[in-house]
Amino acid sequence: MDTMRDRFVDVTSRLLDEDPRLAVVLADITAAAFTPAQERHPDRVVNVGIREQLLIGATGGLALTGMRPIAHTFASFLIERPFEQVKLDLTHQGVGAVLVSAAGSYDWPAGGRTHMSPGDVALLDTLPDWTVHVPGHPDEAEQLLRHAYADGDRNVYVRLSAHQNAEPVAVEPGRFTTVRTGSRGVVLAVGPMLDAVLAATEGLDATVLYAATVRPFDAAGLRAAVGDRADVVLVEPYLAGTSANAAHEALADRPHRMLGLGVPREEHRHYGSIPEHLAAYGLDAPALRERIGTFLW
Amino acid sequence: MTTNATADTVTDARSEDLPEARPGTRFEDLPALMGRMTGAEKHGPAATSTLDVLWVLYDRVLRVTPATAEDQDRDRFLLSKGHGPMAYYAVLAAKGFIDPEVLASFGGYDSPLGHHPDRTLVPGVEISSGSLGHGLPLGVGTALGLRAQGLADPAVWVLVGDAEFDEGSNHEAVAFAGASGLDRLHVVVIDNTSATHGWRGGIAQRFAAEGWSTATVDGRDHEALHRAFTAEHPGRPHVVVARVEPKENH
Repeated sequence: MDTMRDRFVDVTSRLLDEDPRLAVVLADITAAAFTPAQERHPDRVVNVGIREQLLIGATGGLALTGMRPIAHTFASFLIERPFEQVKLDLTHQGVGAVLVSAAGSYDWPAGGRTHMSPGDVALLDTLPDWTVHVPGHPDEAEQLLRHAYADGDRNVYVRLSAHQNAEPVAVEPGRFTTVRTGSRGVVLAVGPMLDAVLAATEGLDATVLYAATVRPFDAAGLRAAVGDRADVVLVEPYLAGTSANAAHEALADRPHRMLGLGVPREEHRHYGSIPEHLAAYGLDAPALRERIGTFLW
Repeated sequence: MTTNATADTVTDARSEDLPEARPGTRFEDLPALMGRMTGAEKHGPAATSTLDVLWVLYDRVLRVTPATAEDQDRDRFLLSKGHGPMAYYAVLAAKGFIDPEVLASFGGYDSPLGHHPDRTLVPGVEISSGSLGHGLPLGVGTALGLRAQGLADPAVWVLVGDAEFDEGSNHEAVAFAGASGLDRLHVVVIDNTSATHGWRGGIAQRFAAEGWSTATVDGRDHEALHRAFTAEHPGRPHVVVARVEPKENH
């Protein structure tokens, strides 16, 4: 199976042929894979080199001329490093772009902390009007990327990961999908966390919602799912509790309990593999079963 | 791609397209417009380092008017150094982008005119600025976007300060623009010797090393500025370093 990042290159390269508004801005990462598209569209596939402030600034400038720019690199260097450019060169200018990241929170554990960005979605939460897609499968990534490119002039973040579910979910952008129905609480699984959540809640009487879009937060979807018992567990592949505030707001008019699971804030000074890191964060199926079961029962 | 031979012709044709300066909007009248923002009776032109550069650009170089401020083929001026924008607002008022009556509201709660400009509030303002080092990367993207749309004519101008040039984002943009031959990109650096550690050997050589066309001129000499602004620079971006009196220490 291809990865989400492979699919990003394929679908974006194809859409560049069809939509003259689209332009891709790169900072060396994934540049080799875009070479064929760059040969066809030398003015619309631009690699600025290892210059991430310029990556976002130039993206903002392209948007100022009416283009629909797509900027891409690892999440650490797309959101965290040039965050003031994201704030000022996109949001504050009143223009929109699509930011597509790879590597996420823990995709390359052997690379260590410098290539981990569990705080990216929380950072974007400090800015108004961002859409955030977190696909869990290459098919969802393709669907959400196509949606993002055609999403007017909105600012959209698409968070791609090497961690993915075995099967795609039929998602509607912006809506949570009900994967399993139960009566003793709701577990919201975000993107690549779905397979582990389904394994962890097997045999438990709990509703499982799936989110491939986390901003805007589907408050109506969560409210409809909670039923009589407003006990909610969030399982996110980035900083634990990132969506807790949005979920609390959705349930502000009723008593509720909430547990936010995800990547811990503490630095985790180990290398190794994705499964080792998920286990260490308490995000593999056995740990999730223990934590979810304890909270809901 | 516009060559310099054609750029020169275009520049000459442009000045005929520009509207006649309205009564009371000569360069000598700008201090009075600035006075509406500060409440001061008198402002010598030297009170602001950017006034002469802004006037020569808007009066004789930029192909943009209030009527064409939304046209896709307009020239674009990006004030990166958003500090001290009174001269900018005064020139925009002189050229009809801003109602001079609005100037008195400068900095007020409901005013469109902040101490740093907001492009969503002021007609003709291309970027919102204030934090230093954002205009040049935005200008690079603007030049890329125009090129990608086959618009070879519009020029992109970015004004930065010599102290603003400390910000590393400028150096990312200068190196990339030079390597890419973004010849519709122009930078004017207002050099009032305010950078804390200075620029040994001058600012122009930072651009020249990256393949830019450069000119360093007296930032108060309108004819010298005009010549530098309209110089040919085939296949290369162009920088004009406008030297003015050193910033006074306060």
